[in-house]
Amino acid sequence: MVIKKNVRKKIKKKIKTKIKKKIMTQGRKFKIGKPILEVKNISLSFGGVKAITNISFNVLEHEIRALIGPNGAGKSSLLNCINGIYKPQEGQILFKGEVLDKITPNIIAQKGISRTFQNLALFKRMSVLDNILVGRKLHSKANFLEVAFQLPRAIREEKQNREKCEEIIKFLEIENIKNTPVGKLPYGLQKKVELGRALATEANILLLDEPMAGMNVEEKRDMCRFILKVNDELGTTIVLIEHDMGVVMDISDRVVVLDYGKIIGDDVPDNVRSNKKVIDAYLGVAHD
Amino acid sequence: MKPVFMKYTKADIINFVVLLVIGFLVIPNVIKTDYWYTSILIPWLCLTLAALGQNIVMGYTGQLSLGAAGFMCAGAYACYNMMLRIQDMPFLGALVLSGLIAAGLGIIFGLPSLRIRGIYLMVATLASQFFIVWVIDKFGWFKNYDVSGSTTFQKININGVAFTSGHMMYLLVAAIVVVITLLAINMARGSTGRNWMAVRDMDIAAESMGVSLLKTKLQAFAINAFLCGIAGALYTYTYLKTVEPFAAFNISLSFKIMFMAIIGGLGTISGAFIGAAFILLFPVVLNAIGNNVFHGMIDATIISAIEQVVFGGLIITLMIFEPLGFAKLWETLKQKVIRKKS
Repeated sequence: MVIKKNVRKKIKKKIKTKIKKKIMTQGRKFKIGKPILEVKNISLSFGGVKAITNISFNVLEHEIRALIGPNGAGKSSLLNCINGIYKPQEGQILFKGEVLDKITPNIIAQKGISRTFQNLALFKRMSVLDNILVGRKLHSKANFLEVAFQLPRAIREEKQNREKCEEIIKFLEIENIKNTPVGKLPYGLQKKVELGRALATEANILLLDEPMAGMNVEEKRDMCRFILKVNDELGTTIVLIEHDMGVVMDISDRVVVLDYGKIIGDDVPDNVRSNKKVIDAYLGVAHD
Repeated sequence: MKPVFMKYTKADIINFVVLLVIGFLVIPNVIKTDYWYTSILIPWLCLTLAALGQNIVMGYTGQLSLGAAGFMCAGAYACYNMMLRIQDMPFLGALVLSGLIAAGLGIIFGLPSLRIRGIYLMVATLASQFFIVWVIDKFGWFKNYDVSGSTTFQKININGVAFTSGHMMYLLVAAIVVVITLLAINMARGSTGRNWMAVRDMDIAAESMGVSLLKTKLQAFAINAFLCGIAGALYTYTYLKTVEPFAAFNISLSFKIMFMAIIGGLGTISGAFIGAAFILLFPVVLNAIGNNVFHGMIDATIISAIEQVVFGGLIITLMIFEPLGFAKLWETLKQKVIRKKS
């Protein structure tokens, strides 16, 4: 047991150093820029239950923004608001300076925001490749008649989309399972496929809802690597919900902390770590 | 290794050619009696088309729908009226147009799918079954004011070639089925089919990827109705010939088509063919066995009752052991054979 613990510590350390080294030494190809997504005074309630109360924060271009908080703090609800699944009763969301109103998930996707889901929302009876291909929907313009008659545009797009998906599959190192129905895969791999599907959209912003939940240390390390690589090489802005503090503190540029639907901290990781309110929220504090 | 982008594998092409040879060379040369064409092959192919449509909306897109006979009725009477009222209307043109009219109706009756799902949607789609047939029966114009209440459909004539014998009609229907099946395969394997399946498996995720639920669902309903419309027109022109709307397009036909899709295998193209064959042919086979083997020993009414029992039992057994239908059963058998060989 003792040995195992040591090994685990070593691996954890390795992840940290590797990732940090990368950011420190190479610098970033895409410099963090202006706000791309702004959430202003959003409130959301279900009946009498207030899930989110008056939340404002922004996400800068090319950064990795983490959303943390205890269970039920409203993190996923917030993502669902940005994504258009929930409609906040108050406040507005700005994407690239443009107010998003009358939003549906479909419109949001077209604007360039893609996401993964907390409880896995994959197309279970379709293969890995087909799942990722669905992510290419916005890049296939051919209508059903063109597809039915196999007109040139449909063939060309299908070829391009498949090439792109093969690239993503290779990047995520899941070539060996690409024809397996997703429902038969273990949890960690399904999470990878979901990331792949979100990547296939080539969106400006990826909203990742607990991409590392239920993974072991090695899988987490891989996932971190993928996220950093995507951010680094493609310049994709990433908004990430995660419970593993080690990971959050290491890979994110700025962190928002939620508790009971309110923001209790919004800063760079080091400051968040020493924030009294945050520590109280996580460890619990006796009420007077 | 370079990824392969071929749409059709070698096995696909071999299968296709074999089926074409059987359908267009072997069958027309071997089978000489008209009975086989007019009472078995033609209705089988017609209902296969309808089952294909049902499979697209139910198996691929996951929208339960029960009103195929309504769309078939619409297609049949649209075709009849166009042939009747428009001079020099080519039959194939009328056929496609009647499919499109049915597709329009399909979109209208598919609208509830945007709000409700599952078994409730199935009940809502029943409207097409009752409403369309009722309208056609109620307003004499559709039936050209025939006092008998039934309609006798015209003879098919394409470019001066009369399609009156079972043999000729079979070739016509088979050719149309081949073309439509190919189009359906292209859609099902391409981006269109992926959108359908994405909506079926997880609609919220599909929407987040940019798939429009409204468009995809209505598209599936329209294609379903289009296929049913063409199937209905062919069914009346080549098989029934004289039709009374309420008798021919009753709800049991809708159910039959749904069972064909389920028993054949939801979400497969071949399933439509196998399912239609099973539902349509098996009673004929059982009847032949009953009549030839037990003839004289048992009362005829009892024989026909036993046929029903055996048929029902078979369906239950199949659904228990292979809920994914014959298409899946066939796949597993094929894989077992391949494994044994190697």
